[in-house]
Amino acid sequence: MSKRVLVIEDEPNIIEAVSFILSRDGWEVKTHANGHDAMEAVRARAPDLVILDVMLPGKSGFDILQEIRADAVYGRMPVLMLTARGQTKDREIAERAGASQYMTKPFSNADVLAAVRALVVP
Amino acid sequence: MPDRLMIGTRIRERRVLNGMRQSDLAQRAGISPSYLNLIEHNHRRIGGKTLLKLAEALKVEPSQLTQGAEATLISGLREAAGKPRTDGPELDRTEEFAGRYPGWASLLSDLHRRTQALERTIETLTDRLAHDPFLADSLHEVISAVTAIRATSSILVETDAIEPEWQARFHRNINEDSARLTEGAQALVRYLEAAPNTEADLTSPQDEMHAYLAARGYHLPDLEREMAGPRDVARLIDAAAAEGMSGPAQNLTREALLRYMEDAAALPLRAFLARVGTLGLRPDRLAEATGADMARVFRRLASLPEAEVGPVGLVICDASGTLTFRKPIAGFATPRMAGACALWPLYQVLSQPQVPLRLRLRQAGRGAEVIEAFAVAAQTGPAGFDRPPLMQALMLMLPDPGEAGGAVRPMGVSCRICPLADCAARREPSIVAEGM
Repeated sequence: MSKRVLVIEDEPNIIEAVSFILSRDGWEVKTHANGHDAMEAVRARAPDLVILDVMLPGKSGFDILQEIRADAVYGRMPVLMLTARGQTKDREIAERAGASQYMTKPFSNADVLAAVRALVVP
Repeated sequence: MPDRLMIGTRIRERRVLNGMRQSDLAQRAGISPSYLNLIEHNHRRIGGKTLLKLAEALKVEPSQLTQGAEATLISGLREAAGKPRTDGPELDRTEEFAGRYPGWASLLSDLHRRTQALERTIETLTDRLAHDPFLADSLHEVISAVTAIRATSSILVETDAIEPEWQARFHRNINEDSARLTEGAQALVRYLEAAPNTEADLTSPQDEMHAYLAARGYHLPDLEREMAGPRDVARLIDAAAAEGMSGPAQNLTREALLRYMEDAAALPLRAFLARVGTLGLRPDRLAEATGADMARVFRRLASLPEAEVGPVGLVICDASGTLTFRKPIAGFATPRMAGACALWPLYQVLSQPQVPLRLRLRQAGRGAEVIEAFAVAAQTGPAGFDRPPLMQALMLMLPDPGEAGGAVRPMGVSCRICPLADCAARREPSIVAEGM
């Protein structure tokens, strides 16, 4: 059975591109587009990996990451953070909040694939 | 230049001490009163004959007018020298240097002063860039479009045997995103071109006042003492002036501090904190219990130490809607230059003075959080048949109390960066793409 990725990102065309490359690579891709109920989406989709945008409408990706890390079931799940800001401060916050990996936009598809494959064996 | 500065000020001080009017002194020294005025305000360099005549008319030795100048110059040089270093300037020969090369010495001291002023400007600008919600949103928009284009175009190039439907779809996406990118980039260019570039605008007096208050956490222990009086405010303002605060900013800050002092006297810290401890951060209950009006309770709550009561934000506007005071709270952005969102409770209460309003709200866009807002409008100046009453609205902001606080009302920061579609209150188009 293929492994499941949940992409939490609010840009429709980025979602589409990321979904396409991951699906081609054999992943089952689910998407979610806002911050408010991202944690509910994680519980409902039960993914093996989450790709999480930092700047989401409703709630910051950092807050969602904290919720994931505090969750009894999904606390140890790999999370790949995407951000539009490459500042070291953001990277530090992400690392402190427990991001498994951190990637700056714009990213290359190959890097996303490599990161996802490194975090979960498909 | 410092020496010049001191001479003018000294002449003025000495004249006032002698109980002379500007015109009397000017006549005795044989110069025009307007020229003397310029000299006294340090707008004209003087020396030689004029200095001798002025000194004579003031019945002082010319050196008494100039002596302070050298002392100022020397202290300026010491400051410029900074911390003692082995390869630094010869501090023990500073006076000799100032004496032998006064021109070079004052140039050096001026340059140091100028460097410091520029460093402050750079700090302000950096701070502003980092906190400008418009810039942050525009950049986010551009980067999002670029990210989508990059990911999509590389799929088209790298995927072998891509289905025609997918190919068509990705072509369309790239086209859409490039249009967005164009718009975003143009908006950014327009914004940057229109950005203020005169020094006066870079640090408006309002900015200076807010920077002053923010640096102190909006809490001023000096004005919390029982014996605090206008003299304490004057002392704080003098200290701020010595640190380079501009004249107009001093006036604004003085007003803010005097009001702070009155609020603190009406609602003394310890007793008020105790009230907050029993009643909670409930402005209406606190106003009722203390007999203070709601506006004062709002301001007082925003002046309490964050360590005691947690984050409390406050914005105040006048009847024109112009924000005159802002103490930020995380998750709620206030525009710096553009007009704010007309849906804010702050504006709603202006139409119903004295009627308080409480709401949970969230601004559209990224980085926004639900907050609890309390708003009230009140008259601040007497009305007459020949003049309108002066009105003011205040909005106090607290972290989200949760579902119990009622429904969350959506609103924006400012139209230009607001993604809300179909908003009846919109007054200009947004530069960010519509929400999903």
